[in-house]
Amino acid sequence: MITSATIFGLCGAALIGLGLYGFVTQVHLLRRLLAFNVIGSGIFLLFGATAARTPTGATDPVPQALIITGIVVALAATALGVGLVLAYVRISGKACLPEDADTIDGGPHPSSHEDPPE
Amino acid sequence: MTGISALGFDLILAALILGAGLFAITVRDLFGAVVFFIVYGVFVAIAWLRLGAIDVALTEAALGAGLTGVLLIGAVARLSRVTTPAGNNTSDEMRRPPAGARLASMVVAGSISGVLGWAFLSLPDSTGLRDAVADNLAVSGSANPVTAVLINFRGWDTLLESVVLLAALVGLWSLARDRDWGRRAGLRQHARPGGVMATFGRLLPPFGLLLGVYLVWAGSSYPGGAFQGGTVLAAVWLLIMMAGLMPVPRMVSVGLRAVLVAGPLVFLGIGIAGAMAGTFLGLPPTYAKPLILTIEAALTLSIAATLALLVLGTPDPSP
Amino acid sequence: MILSLALVALVAVPLLAALLAVVVPRRGALIALLGVAGIATALVVLVPALVRQGVLSLSIGGWNAPLGITLRLDGLGLAFLSMVATVMAAVLVSARPQFAARAGSGETRSQWAFWPLALLLWSALNVAFLSRDLFNLYVALELLTVAAVALVAIEGKAGSLAAGLRYMMFALAGSLAYLLGVALLYAGHGTLDLTLLAAQGIGSGRSGGTAAADLIAAGLITAGLAVKTALFPFHAWLPPAHSGAPAPASAMLSALVPKASFLILIRLWFEALPELASPVLLTLLGALGAAAVLFGSVLALRQSRLKLIVAYSTVAQIGYLFLVFPLAGGDSFAQPWAAGAWTGAVFQALSHGLAKAAMFLCAGVWIIAVGHDRLDGMRGLATATPMTAFAFALAAVSLVGLPPSGGFTAKYLMLTSAFASGQVVWGAVLVVGGLLSAAYLYRPLALAFAKADTPTFAPVSRRLQLVPLLLALAAITLGLASQTPFSLIQIGRPASAVEGLE
Repeated sequence: MITSATIFGLCGAALIGLGLYGFVTQVHLLRRLLAFNVIGSGIFLLFGATAARTPTGATDPVPQALIITGIVVALAATALGVGLVLAYVRISGKACLPEDADTIDGGPHPSSHEDPPE
Repeated sequence: MTGISALGFDLILAALILGAGLFAITVRDLFGAVVFFIVYGVFVAIAWLRLGAIDVALTEAALGAGLTGVLLIGAVARLSRVTTPAGNNTSDEMRRPPAGARLASMVVAGSISGVLGWAFLSLPDSTGLRDAVADNLAVSGSANPVTAVLINFRGWDTLLESVVLLAALVGLWSLARDRDWGRRAGLRQHARPGGVMATFGRLLPPFGLLLGVYLVWAGSSYPGGAFQGGTVLAAVWLLIMMAGLMPVPRMVSVGLRAVLVAGPLVFLGIGIAGAMAGTFLGLPPTYAKPLILTIEAALTLSIAATLALLVLGTPDPSP
Repeated sequence: MILSLALVALVAVPLLAALLAVVVPRRGALIALLGVAGIATALVVLVPALVRQGVLSLSIGGWNAPLGITLRLDGLGLAFLSMVATVMAAVLVSARPQFAARAGSGETRSQWAFWPLALLLWSALNVAFLSRDLFNLYVALELLTVAAVALVAIEGKAGSLAAGLRYMMFALAGSLAYLLGVALLYAGHGTLDLTLLAAQGIGSGRSGGTAAADLIAAGLITAGLAVKTALFPFHAWLPPAHSGAPAPASAMLSALVPKASFLILIRLWFEALPELASPVLLTLLGALGAAAVLFGSVLALRQSRLKLIVAYSTVAQIGYLFLVFPLAGGDSFAQPWAAGAWTGAVFQALSHGLAKAAMFLCAGVWIIAVGHDRLDGMRGLATATPMTAFAFALAAVSLVGLPPSGGFTAKYLMLTSAFASGQVVWGAVLVVGGLLSAAYLYRPLALAFAKADTPTFAPVSRRLQLVPLLLALAAITLGLASQTPFSLIQIGRPASAVEGLE
């Protein structure tokens, strides 16, 4: 039988794919954080729907509590992520990461590690 | 709502959620994407109501849509301020992978959704821990099963979660520039005296304060609790600061930092006192109700302050 | 009573210290040292108790699983807790010159932020080693990620901010996969407790009609944890993140942080879901580990900055850890060698933690002496800082796996298991990896011990030099006196670690 739980569970599964598509194809870091939040709420919706599939309709409160915790944790991560993006934009002027994963000058002096090995 | 009409409502709502989510992901204008994300959050909150999860609905509306939305809007505003017109080169940031790669991602993402949906449908019906929670609700100190799980049965999760919020704020502040250390957090506000912001700032806080305190108080018996109440109080505080009625506190203020750690500290303190008496984080049934209220009050205060400061961010460079 | 208090102290002390370090200005270093003392005391109380009574359990709030959350201390957890406490003590002492408040000057940004972040990282690690609840572990991993990302970015330069962002994107993706898997497991089995999940015999056909969902859930959790452990091919974020941070932070990030997700992975497969493991999965994890060993080592050879060499070496050393899956599960049915491989992997995790922290702290000393960490500036450093050069050499001995060191014990156990059970391929990976690590560690060592014409190095305090030496000696001692940790690790060891997976 199709219930609210079935509909929103499948909706959650679809949101996970949608968010994942955004997370993989976007390079703007704020957009990736946004996509991360879409995946997150999709997971929560799927999880919450499993808790609502009880025969009598009374829901299991444990997933609800876990989801509330999860939403708060996701907000904390998003806030730190936004702070990182803004700090990075302030220095580099770009809101996306340089393509080469190994290009970094984090050491006390500018990097020269791309010199050929001696 | 019963039967077919309820199902129809759910189907439309699911379609609206997916549509808003799709726009939030794909709209080219960043500000538009954030607006769609907020709308999306509101729809999701309604879905939680339909699933009978009122506590989650409140949290999603307050935090998922509300506060995350404000955070992202603030970020977009700051982005446009930071990037100079010349450096406002969005070609890189808007660059997308070639169509082939996009199509491949779409196929992979679609199949993952399909597999997950199938796994979801294959799960047998179960009542989970519903009965275990119900059996112990009487001695938990809260009539609201979700609050009982959050503060009592799985209080350790909640304690750590309040610490995660604090850790995010410490991490955020550590991103300030060295010369900004000791300044006031966040954007410099310029609310005109007598303007809309100042009027709202004067009118709304009393109601918000009342709502926040009510949500915490009600949380012990009805839906609500420290996180939802704390979010409302955070919004009130933000409004007051934005209206210029109260200065944004300095990051180095010891008093402010004491407020930030009060919740986790009280929670942990009660937990350790319990450990001395035999059970870590144990709430003896006779004192459970007042202990839960104490923990929730302290948590609410800290959560409100932490959330507001997370939204304010680091000090902006002075003009 | 005293035991449960000591168990609580393992998680409560670093949390309490972190909260205090947030509030009290300019006293972070002192608070951190008090935290070290508290943890050390708790460990001293718990080690004999564990030997005497076996595994110690504590139901938080008095609520037993599945309703509540259980902390459980076994030999494996205690070994990781002790290694982390040793490394943290060293790191916190080494961080004082850079991050302790100076007399007469006001609080600065990084001097405030470093201490709570380090202590929160420690809290998260200890929770990850003790908790048996999959969702509680999720919260612990998130706390770990937030603190670790902030430490990566603490220098505030464009490079370290980019490294922090890249790390965060990977870590967030990993978290989501893990969380989704946990949600599916709970939906199918009504519990989040690893022990109760094990009791349901998931994958054995006894657990009802959730087989497909179980496989998907376990796959998602494994993928999420693999991303967080920086297993090949999810390693790209690691070298810039670990090499861009200040040396004490690098030591924590590289030596400790990947161990949390790895330990959860070990517990998931060997304790909770042993019967779900299939040969394909075990071989896949082993193959990715082997690829990490080879790929990380070759890239380490090609770097010309010391911290990048040490960071790429972490990619390779993490690879060894994943060989435990084919070796302790393995092709050979009912093999007697699984126990050796399992213990070997644990030794590898412990000795890598000690040796890698020593190496990053050595790099910190040399950066002070030279002003940068490019290899060309290292010529003659051994004369100027003999203690540090010796420490680096000892740590290299353990990483390469030469006797007598913890790394040797680890590789010896794993090699014996590989060859005895006829899994020659994994044995070859161990041998080739050892040779490659000798090659990439030889370059900085040879330069340090080379004669320099005009050595002009800044002086470095003896205490800063002594700390990595003590850590490197601990890595050697782990091999010299391997009997004690060996028998400690066996306390509460899951049956599948003896009999093999499947």
